[in-house]
Amino acid sequence: MTPTTASARTPFWRDVRVLSWAFQLAVLAVVGVVLLWLYGNYTSNTERQNIPTGFSWLDNPASFEITDNPMSSRAPVKDAIYQGLLNTLRVSVAGIIFATVLGVLIGVARLSGNWVLRTLAKVYVEAVRNTPLPLFVFFATLVIVLGVFPEITQAWNPLGLFVVSNRGVAVPWFTGGAGWTLLAIFAVAGLAAWLTARWRRRRADRTDGLPHTGWWALGAFALLLTVGWFAFGFSITVPEVDGRRTTGGMRMLPSFFAIFFALVIYTASHIAEIVRGSIQAVPKGQGEAADALALSSMQRMTRVILPQAMRIAIPPLGNQYLNLIKNSSLGAAIGYYELTLVTQTAVGNGAPAVPAFTLAMAIYIAISLVTSGIVNIANRRMALVER
Amino acid sequence: MNARTWARRNLFRSVPDGVCTIVFGALGLFLLYKTLNYVFFTGRWTIIQDNLKLLMVGRFPVAHLPRLAVSAIVLAGWAGFLAGFVRGRQIRDGKAPAHVSLARRVRAALGRIWLPCTVILLLLLLSTTIGPWLTALGAAAAALAGWLIGPFVGKRRLGRAGATILVLAVAATPLVLYYYIVTAVGFDGWGGFYLNLYLALVSIVLCYPLGVLLALGRRSKLPLIQTISIVYIEAIRGAPLFVLLLLANTALQFFVPADVAPSKPARAIVVFTLFTAAYMAEIIRGGLQSVPRGQFEAARALGLSPTRQTGLIILPQALRNVIPAQIGQLISLFKDTVLAGVAMGLFELLEVADAITQQGDFRGQRLSPEVLAFSGLLFWTVAYTMSRESQRLERRLGVGTR
Repeated sequence: MTPTTASARTPFWRDVRVLSWAFQLAVLAVVGVVLLWLYGNYTSNTERQNIPTGFSWLDNPASFEITDNPMSSRAPVKDAIYQGLLNTLRVSVAGIIFATVLGVLIGVARLSGNWVLRTLAKVYVEAVRNTPLPLFVFFATLVIVLGVFPEITQAWNPLGLFVVSNRGVAVPWFTGGAGWTLLAIFAVAGLAAWLTARWRRRRADRTDGLPHTGWWALGAFALLLTVGWFAFGFSITVPEVDGRRTTGGMRMLPSFFAIFFALVIYTASHIAEIVRGSIQAVPKGQGEAADALALSSMQRMTRVILPQAMRIAIPPLGNQYLNLIKNSSLGAAIGYYELTLVTQTAVGNGAPAVPAFTLAMAIYIAISLVTSGIVNIANRRMALVER
Repeated sequence: MNARTWARRNLFRSVPDGVCTIVFGALGLFLLYKTLNYVFFTGRWTIIQDNLKLLMVGRFPVAHLPRLAVSAIVLAGWAGFLAGFVRGRQIRDGKAPAHVSLARRVRAALGRIWLPCTVILLLLLLSTTIGPWLTALGAAAAALAGWLIGPFVGKRRLGRAGATILVLAVAATPLVLYYYIVTAVGFDGWGGFYLNLYLALVSIVLCYPLGVLLALGRRSKLPLIQTISIVYIEAIRGAPLFVLLLLANTALQFFVPADVAPSKPARAIVVFTLFTAAYMAEIIRGGLQSVPRGQFEAARALGLSPTRQTGLIILPQALRNVIPAQIGQLISLFKDTVLAGVAMGLFELLEVADAITQQGDFRGQRLSPEVLAFSGLLFWTVAYTMSRESQRLERRLGVGTR
């Protein structure tokens, strides 16, 4: 019964537990030796070249400016890195939203009964998915922004809302108050919408009425947004051409536009394939049941098929979001000051390369972990609860 | 079904559907017109023709080009042989009919490879020397010969020694060819589209051992091994490849002894290998999870040692189950080789394409669309062909339908 008698009978060189620990320690030793060798090389090399290995450079002045950012070049490097991180998040969040919308539309179009729509969607997906992303980034910069977009004096003015020129794309945007306040208002409104929807659903479970969750949630969202909007004095301005620049609205830099465009176009093609696969994975009976209930084709898609398809799509979608965030580092290739380019510039201005890039990588890994954490939570909430 | 019924069902089921057809049909026709007009009339393709050699092989010295030709012919022969080998295996297992007329076989093969063949023909027509034609003819002959010999080997039982020799030969070919070429021209002289292909090929071969070890490590019950594997895989998967390449470009020399100075392509291969290994490990882990539990138990019941259980029973099934995903990883690695140019200034296709727009004859003419379209076509053709083959394989393996 006692393990001691067992090990007494088995010699220790044949005892599985001893062997497994010996094996693990051996592997650990090998890994440790390799790491120590690398670290030893690193310290001796940096010592010889007199390069600091710590992180004290973070407090040195950055001595470079970030395009379209009020940060002064005398601010410490860590401020520049923080601004770079914000830029990474900006292009990632915008890219994720637009890529999802475009991707879902194209994914649905790929299964459309309409031959023209189906074929166009297929050509789009097959053409974009198999082409490297940097090509789109350079295409957006060299061909679209520098080749197709007009001079600022002859800027396009679609719908009277946008100003498109080779100096960037200006869009209507709010003015007054800080961005964080607006973000907070949106978060509160979203929370209110969620609570309202939950309340409606619970109520509908008790009584027999229809919940109308969507309308109620939308109403709550709009109400809180309006109240917050006026309470904090926000307003929306439309950009206008003023000589050689634009006033009002928000101007997206050409570099932002290029990386944003490329990320959306590229990621949408992958998302479209995921959406298509997930829709096809929904059992056929579900669509037939929707038909039997005489739902319209729109209702059939939005009420029956897509909610179930999205459940299947969440994990791979999360992967695509992670890819998009990591791919935003390509902005560095065309001069968009996100985390990578800020790090690269800081290294060029004297920050030690190894700690600087290690820091950048650590930040990316942290963003990835947070994102995949959110995706896991969403997945768990949406997962089918089997009886 | 006649044309009228087809149009009714696929184009004009309802009024909104009809509107949709007309609007998007017009859009599609407009884009098609623009594309064709650009390709045949407004595009200025002289820049491609003048720089074809640079785009394909970079600054590789002309005197040593025959070595590249030989390696291309060897690789084509291998590709043909493997295709024939697989066919032989299928005939042996009764999954493919043994007697198909040669004409039909050729037609079926052309149906699968017409796209790369067309693009190669286009490149040959653009070239002004005889060398590429000879290479292409040699490669076609080698591929055909391999394809005809392959079935005879495939039908036979190979035994363990034979199989090992075959696998090792396939894996060693890129490395042997590397030594064959590098003895003439140093690694730094390589470039162009050839470098993209080579980086992808070598990195995928090199990442295998590490990927398999990491996958096994992650599934291991030994806590230390598992932790090491998880930390490695998640750290690599969380970091952008672009930043890793930048790090390798500026900082790799800090981690090796002072007298070692790795060349740029070597640095790129190190990064691609370490990076892809983490993704490969996750794919192989999926394959390991798809092997039924009974296989593990049966292997143990046969009294095999743990190494043999894994090597002879589990891994072969696991790797076979995820072949399409592995090809997907190869495709994405191939597309990512462009990053080596962007991050390290390696002279691969896109970097060459960018550089030639700055040449004296072409400067200031805004030729970026032409060079980007050409490089895009090359990347797209290779990636699209691979992805179509992997879809074919997926259908044949019946992944998702079993």
